[in-house]
Formats: sequence, C-alpha cells, structure tokens
Amino acid sequence: MSTQRQKQPDEPETQEAPTDQEMKAEASPQQKRLQRKREQQSAREASADEGEPEEETVHLKVFRYDPEVADKQEPRFDDFHVPFEKGMTVLDAVMYARDHFDSSLTFRHSCRQAVCGSDAFFVNGKQRLGCKTQISDLSQPIRVEPLPHQEVVKDLVVDMDHFYEQMHAVEPYFQSEDLPQGELEEQRQSRENREKIKMSSRCIWCGACMSSCNIAAGDNQYLGPAAINKAYKFAMDDREEEEIKEHRLRILEQEHGVWRCQTQFSCTEVCPKDIPLTEHIQELKREAVKKNLKFW
Amino acid sequence: MSQSYNRGLIEDFGRWKEFSAGMWAWIFHKFTGWMLIGYLFTHIAVLSSSLTSPEAYTTTIQGLESLFIIRVLEVGLLAVAVFHILNGIRLLMVDLGVGLEAQDKSFYASLIITGVIVVASVPTFLDGVTF
Repeated sequence: MSTQRQKQPDEPETQEAPTDQEMKAEASPQQKRLQRKREQQSAREASADEGEPEEETVHLKVFRYDPEVADKQEPRFDDFHVPFEKGMTVLDAVMYARDHFDSSLTFRHSCRQAVCGSDAFFVNGKQRLGCKTQISDLSQPIRVEPLPHQEVVKDLVVDMDHFYEQMHAVEPYFQSEDLPQGELEEQRQSRENREKIKMSSRCIWCGACMSSCNIAAGDNQYLGPAAINKAYKFAMDDREEEEIKEHRLRILEQEHGVWRCQTQFSCTEVCPKDIPLTEHIQELKREAVKKNLKFW
Repeated sequence: MSQSYNRGLIEDFGRWKEFSAGMWAWIFHKFTGWMLIGYLFTHIAVLSSSLTSPEAYTTTIQGLESLFIIRVLEVGLLAVAVFHILNGIRLLMVDLGVGLEAQDKSFYASLIITGVIVVASVPTFLDGVTF
C-alpha cells in the first residue's frame, strides 16, 4: 500500500545475519522472535493504514488516587481525550494528558524507550510498558491503571519495595572467587554461554511479570519470575564456580523459590523484553532436581 | 510509604475474559484434578459394596447404570479424565523444557482431542438407557 516502508524487511536481516553455521543454529530462537515481531509490526501497520479520520482523539481512562487530596482518597477513573498522532504510545498519551490537562497526574517514566523499566502500567487488562505499547494496538477507551498486586502510592505509581527486595534476595551480582592471573586480564565468557544467558540479561526490572503472576499475588514470599530470571542469569554463567552455583540453587530450591511456579505462562506473556521466563524457571527446577538426585 | 492504597486481588475470576491459554490450562487442570479426587471417593464407595456380597455389588452397579443421569455423569467423568491426562502430558513436556513456545497450541490441542474423544464416546455410554 504505502511506498515509504518497502525497504524495511531486509534491513534488520543484515544486522542479525550470523556468519558461520554453528551460530546460525544458536541464533534461531531469536530470529524466530524477530520474525514474529516483524509480522506483528506489518500487521499493525496494515491496520493503521486503513484510513482513520484525521482529527482523531484517544480516549483514556486513567486510575486516580491520592491519599493527600480529599476528593481523590476514594480511587476513581478520570477521562482524558488526547489528540492522536501516528506512532503514539500509551506513555505519550498520559504525558500529554499530564502536560495539557492535569499536572497532578503522577506516573513514573524516564527513558521512554523501554530501557529504564519505570513505566509498566496495567493497560486494558494487561501489564504493559507504556512506552512500548502503541495506542493503535489497543481498543478504546484505554484503561490505564497502576500495576496490580502492588500497593498504589499515588495515581499510577505503585510501591516497588517488595519487588526490589525479592530481586536482591537472589544475590544478583557476579561472585566468582577466581580472579584471572594477570593484572589486566579479563574474566572472559564463552560465546555459547553468553548466548545462553542473553535473554535473561535483558531484564529491565519493570515488575510486569511479578504483577501478572497470580502465584506471587497469593504468596508474598515467592521470589517471582523476575528474581528467578535474575538468578538464572548468574547460575547459568560458566565463569562462576560450581560451589557458587550450588549456593544459588540452594536459595532457589527453597519452599518459596522455583517450585512455586505453576507454569501459567502469565509472566512470559507480559514480559516487554520477551524473556522466556517460564522456560528459565523450568530449567532451574531441573537443575535443582539434578543437584539433589545423583545416580551416577 | 506513609499511606498507600491496596486494591486487593485484581487478577481474580472477574477478569476471566482476559485470561491467556496458560492460565486456562492451569484452572482446568486444577478443576479436573479436584473432580477426579471427588470421583475417587464415590468409586471406592461403589466398589466397597462388593464387600457385603457379590449380589449387592451387581445390584448397585445395575441400579446406577440404569439411571440416565449416571450415564451423563460418566461422559463428564471421561471428559475430565481425558483432559487431565492430556494436559498432564503437556505439563510434563513443559517440565522437561520441550516445546514451551507451543504451550498454548498444545493446550488447545488437548481441548480439541478431549472434545473428539468425548463426542465419540457418547453412543457407548448412552447405550440402552432410558429416561
């Protein structure tokens, strides 16, 4: 239809194309994901192109709550009609609403490009990153709520303390005793190992997975998908010694660790960085079993 | 935090329209599991009538099987058991890390196969029973 986007498909191909045969096999899940993304994108563009009226507004229903303002102590939804622009995200829309209609509208945001992980909202019944969610993908009115299962501090701001506590509980830092010989030596990681932990290292701590998990909602001590994924990143890192990996598995195999996961795939569905969280949790379950059952 | 507002459980059954395949699979698996446990007790109760005498067992079974509602419940039991088995295999695959990206498709497949088996079993289960 439109001529301006014709060149798009071959563009990412050249960036991602692996050179040797072995790498090709390694990169295939990512390529599949990229492929899927591209398809979704083209479908999106196709639907967006199907002529909508020019002077268009977006109808937002935004959750409002403020314990310090008398008429906002009882939570309510405010309606905002924001002029639509091509490529507008949910974050753009709430920012417009804040800048033009109600400056007291409060929400966290920083980088606006899905890197900082501060603007995870509950948009139309799903945990999404505001800056990564296109308005054109959503049906209106768009309900923007703070993340479920966390306490609301004000408007769209939730208390993330518990999430951060769980993240820190898995000791999310590299702790190898084994330092390289020379002063300027580096702790090198093999390419294969890097590929293995690549997806898990993409976590931006937005808390969408934890919020979507209804096991974490019922069990406050459950580490949650994000923390387990963080532990996966380090437990699967070959540069750490076997004892440290065992120490990590001891944390994870506790009652409120990996075994709480009941594979509902909610976290994997909502993760804005497409981390296969359930897969990682399942792999750690197998590692935990293997550590305790040794028949050989 | 000085003051904050707890909205309680958002992700409850009121949001069932937004549940994803994995969530439905989990709910159905729990539900069918409890149904099967419930059936286990009735099963033991019926079987234990054979402790009194062989005739008591025969009359109990014949009496139950002559009831239309029991035949319908048997079809339901088959549906529950077949789904639980098929989804159990799916969960086994998930635990082994096989085909996690196809977990939603395997859930739909187990639903369809359950439906086919149940429909195919109806003539057998409702054979020779009157209202």
